[in-house]
Amino acid sequence: MIGLSHYLAVAAILFTIGVFGIFVNRKTIIVILMSVELMLLAVNINLVAFSVFLGNVTGQIFAMFVLTVAAAEAAVGLAILVTFFRNRGDIAVDDASVMKG
Amino acid sequence: MALQAIAFYVMAAATVIAGFCVVSARNPVHSVLWLILSFFSAAGLFVLLGAEFLAMLLVVVYVGAVAVLFLFVVMMLDVDFAALRQGFARYMPLGLLVAMFLAAEMVMVSTAVASRGAAKGNDAPMAAAHSGVTNAEAIGRVLYTDYVYFFQAAGLVLLVAMIGAIVLTLRHKPGVRRQIIMNQVLRTPKSGMTLVNPKVGEGIDA
Repeated sequence: MIGLSHYLAVAAILFTIGVFGIFVNRKTIIVILMSVELMLLAVNINLVAFSVFLGNVTGQIFAMFVLTVAAAEAAVGLAILVTFFRNRGDIAVDDASVMKG
Repeated sequence: MALQAIAFYVMAAATVIAGFCVVSARNPVHSVLWLILSFFSAAGLFVLLGAEFLAMLLVVVYVGAVAVLFLFVVMMLDVDFAALRQGFARYMPLGLLVAMFLAAEMVMVSTAVASRGAAKGNDAPMAAAHSGVTNAEAIGRVLYTDYVYFFQAAGLVLLVAMIGAIVLTLRHKPGVRRQIIMNQVLRTPKSGMTLVNPKVGEGIDA
């Protein structure tokens, strides 16, 4: 029988993978953005699982808002990345400190 | 029930394995493809939970828009990704340590909440099918009444993100001839043409 704890465990593992991805890919900002997306997906799984098991649809609505913000964040993040690449010809985030406004 | 359990384990494993491949793939293009698989499997989990609307939303928004956006950017930027992967092995032990602690803590809290928290005793998903209202209808009833201002705010967030992305990436190239409508409208016959009276046998000196 698949219960709430199963879904929560999947979400926890996925969130952890996202954190791990940020740790090990410190220079590849594209993979960092993808890791953030994974973490937001884990949060969504949590919200939807609780929403379904508690019989309250509000969790799914908040998952929708999370989805919206994640899409906006990806769009703006990638736009910044493209601008950064145009200015420097590279996307090594270690050098981002030289921008200075 | 057994079929449901099998489906859950297959999709959960696919989500987690694809997620791990996202962060460990050498090629970012492969990472994006694994990300798509992960989102697809998560959408399957949502269907299993009875949240069909969000599952379809996940497929449309993430697989259809966000993942394709990532794919565009990864393929557009001509970057030596091998050089950027230096330090992968160096940060691996610390990352694994933190990740293992985090996972253990979150799983423990999750199981505690599931067995003793607010959801205690709710073993089966309270699917919307029981109440005779579809998932999309249930969401719509709440979203357009109680959360209508949040809904509008979400739309504003998307608008701001769209304008921000355009402003950030728009480039004005010098030397591009553009139509300036004001100049066209302000043109008068006086400025647009001259009347000359050439003598017979002579041309017009331009």
